[in-house]
Amino acid sequence: MHFPLPRRSPLGPRETVKAVDDVSFSVLQGEVLGLVGESGSGKTTVGRTVLRLMEPSGGTIRFRGRDITHLSRRALRPIRPDMQLVFQDPFASLNPRMTIGSIVETPLLIHRKELGRIERRDRVADALRLVGMSPDFANRFPHEFSGGQRQRVGIARALMLRPGFLVADEPVSALDVSIQAQVVNLLRELRAELGLSILFIAHDLAVIGHISDRVAVMYLGRLVELAPTRALFQTPRHPYTEALLSAAPAPDPDLRRGRIVLAGDPPSAINPPSGCRFRTRCRYAEPACATATPPLQEVAPGHFSACRRQELVLQGAG
Amino acid sequence: MPSMTPASASVDVIAAPPAPRRRMGRGVRRFVRHRLALVGFGIIVVLVLLAGLGPYVSPFNELTIDIRHRFGPPFSGAHVLGTDQLGRDMLTRLEMAGRISLTVGCAAMVLSTLTGTVVGVLAGYYGGVIGSVLMRIVDAMLCFPSIFLLLALAAFVQPSLLSITVIIAATGWMEVARLVEAQVRALRDRDFAVAALALGAPDRMIMFRELIPNAVAPIVVAATLNVARAILLESYISFLGYGIQPPVPSWGNMLNNAQEYLTSAPWLAIFPGAAITLAVTGFNFLGDGLRDALDPRLDVR
Amino acid sequence: MTEPVLEVSGLSVRFRTDAGVVPAVNDVSFVLKRGETLALVGESGSGKSVTSLAVMRLTPAPPGCEVRGRATLSRVGELLSLPEAQMREVRGSRIAMVFQEPMTSLNPVLPIGEQIAEPLRYHRGMARAAALREAAKLLELVGIPEPGKRLASYPHQLSGGMRQRVMIAIALACDPDVLIADEPTTALDVTVQAQILELLKALQARTGMAMLFITHNLGVVAEVADRVMVMYAGRVVEQAPVRELFRAPLMPYTRGLLRSVPKLAPLEALGAPLTAIPGNVPDPANLPGGCAFAPRCADVRKVVCEAELPELDAVGAEHLVRCVRWRELAA
Repeated sequence: MHFPLPRRSPLGPRETVKAVDDVSFSVLQGEVLGLVGESGSGKTTVGRTVLRLMEPSGGTIRFRGRDITHLSRRALRPIRPDMQLVFQDPFASLNPRMTIGSIVETPLLIHRKELGRIERRDRVADALRLVGMSPDFANRFPHEFSGGQRQRVGIARALMLRPGFLVADEPVSALDVSIQAQVVNLLRELRAELGLSILFIAHDLAVIGHISDRVAVMYLGRLVELAPTRALFQTPRHPYTEALLSAAPAPDPDLRRGRIVLAGDPPSAINPPSGCRFRTRCRYAEPACATATPPLQEVAPGHFSACRRQELVLQGAG
Repeated sequence: MPSMTPASASVDVIAAPPAPRRRMGRGVRRFVRHRLALVGFGIIVVLVLLAGLGPYVSPFNELTIDIRHRFGPPFSGAHVLGTDQLGRDMLTRLEMAGRISLTVGCAAMVLSTLTGTVVGVLAGYYGGVIGSVLMRIVDAMLCFPSIFLLLALAAFVQPSLLSITVIIAATGWMEVARLVEAQVRALRDRDFAVAALALGAPDRMIMFRELIPNAVAPIVVAATLNVARAILLESYISFLGYGIQPPVPSWGNMLNNAQEYLTSAPWLAIFPGAAITLAVTGFNFLGDGLRDALDPRLDVR
Repeated sequence: MTEPVLEVSGLSVRFRTDAGVVPAVNDVSFVLKRGETLALVGESGSGKSVTSLAVMRLTPAPPGCEVRGRATLSRVGELLSLPEAQMREVRGSRIAMVFQEPMTSLNPVLPIGEQIAEPLRYHRGMARAAALREAAKLLELVGIPEPGKRLASYPHQLSGGMRQRVMIAIALACDPDVLIADEPTTALDVTVQAQILELLKALQARTGMAMLFITHNLGVVAEVADRVMVMYAGRVVEQAPVRELFRAPLMPYTRGLLRSVPKLAPLEALGAPLTAIPGNVPDPANLPGGCAFAPRCADVRKVVCEAELPELDAVGAEHLVRCVRWRELAA
């Protein structure tokens, strides 16, 4: 799957926000690509756009080699079972008026209409067991469950039709710490068992590190770094990645190291800085950084960075 | 088909959450605490029983004319609530009229609620041009005072139970449409609706399976209040002579008949008037109680 | 430096709901000393937020909510039995609070200058002009550029990080002895979070105030805390100085938490599965008898652990743990 896409959201007569600007990446078969960024980075927009839940204003999205950028809703329908979404908010992603069983059954009602009631019920039971929940829960309502359990239901629904590709949009951010680990582990196992490819969106680098094969870092609508996980964490090549790694508080009081604290706030997406968007907060910024937006370049095998100053040696994690 | 092996031990099968019975109890409990709502509910039950069963129990017929016993005062003799100017038994007439009022009220409510919901969900879900056009039609119709609209329509139509029901419904669906449109517009962007979209669900499935069930609470409240309104309207037009035609009794036309005899036989007006008041008040209280009982549960976390 | 400024003992909070009585907080005790930061860690249902609200007397009135116990603030006295009028004097001046969501905690229709000036005018009786001048100084203290101009801004014109700084400025306006920060950085981006944590530490060093820092993020705890109190299902289950808690946790819940948190380092750990705690946080209305964590504990011995609720044992000078088996498990 391959997605280069710029996207705008018009705000008024002449203002536009490039929520996502010229982002290109591929998710390879069977891999987990982590997409990390803070608020305003555009990562959620990317997640929804590649599933055509939002419309791109430019670029192409190729799914299994097929260009799906402009397909009509009807044409998309048969493909939908193959690409699904897991939402961030376990409280909002399940219809409060439907039982768990009905919710998980919905994909079957849309795409496998030939199945009878008993057959559907059995498959719902299988799906619930797959995510570690008892089939007895099928008659209960979402509000009777905790956040972690609801998230499992969301995953069961998404996996009902055996998609090859899953977009997980901050699936653990709203969960308690002890439950986050459960759900991350669940996704790992399911990925191994079902051969899923996952686009895992999060703002927590540590979580991303535990599940991703490769990581893409976004800042203000642009991709600033893309690399295999270990390489990104050990030798980041973009100052923003370095700052992210440094800012994340580590659960170890002895590691209260000298931390890179970024000055200022993220700039407005309506009026991004000229040239490199990160330069206003970057410790290594030079006057030349304001002239042209640096492209994403390969700085090491499989490791891409959008920083002009390729000579910088930056501090990694650990 | 491919049977799934359950995920391994790090993902556990969780103990069942506590029984759901508690949740049903909460809404009912809240309703019960609203004393006016209970009163309203009680009134309606009594009225329905009277209207439904009363005429079977009564020894009198609502149409039988008995001139010898005309203008019989209430609580004297066989006619519990007295007789009217033609000697017909008031109680039986009130009960039969109740059947009509309640039937028209409920039927009109059902019709207007259905219409309003469909229009509202279409407008709210599609938005854009369709939404605007539909809502402007709603707005336009809302501009007409319902009484005049009613009378205008009634003037063209042969008065019958069906036509009256339809006309009253025609003036009551707009509010429901407005309510539903607002709800659906808000619900359409919620994650669970987007999830349905992501699954490739067709529009009608999203509208009717996902969205409307979540808009039910305000619809129910509006519907209940609509019944009250419908009963009142039926009484108006019958009173004005355009509704139910005598000798079939309706609270409204009974009031009309009673006008001439206000001083000599006031009970001819008081009883139908009281009946209308009780019915309308009962449904209004019920609607208030339902609103309290249903609303907070919409956003249960 | 080591005098206690807030002493809480036996704090219990119960809510009356349609579903019955819910014990949100049960027998919580701690001492907060001048200049130190005590982190209150827990997940949902642990009672950490309710604890702080109870100390501030911001919980709903009885009979909806009952608070028992004692909370003594130095130079003021016993907080829980103070008449409301006097409590209002204390709130915002001697003990202040910063909340998680700055957007809902700030009044959207008042300029921030007015909001910062409010405690100054109410508690210190300052005139408006003087209060605004002081507000500008506070804005500078919390690191907002061009403070004079910013006084007239409205909350929606500021970013999340800036709003949180404004909240901190409001809280610090009257130089409180205790600052309660309830998940102040949870809603913020991680880079902004780093800024705010630095700010809080700097302010604390400068004013010597004590801080009660509530969070569920163990990384943040490691950053800011001197001592840590871990809560589970409304009770304190472990309390220790920060290094000791992270290096030698005694309560299986604490150990489980530390193991299940994804870490950036060491790099070899990346990609390995996390050791999760199975099960779910118990429903506070339906707590099991005995140790509340027993159903999820990897080291449970049912006979012993589910029999009765363990007491808080003292381990050494500063370490408390509520586990029947801690000795065997530590060995």
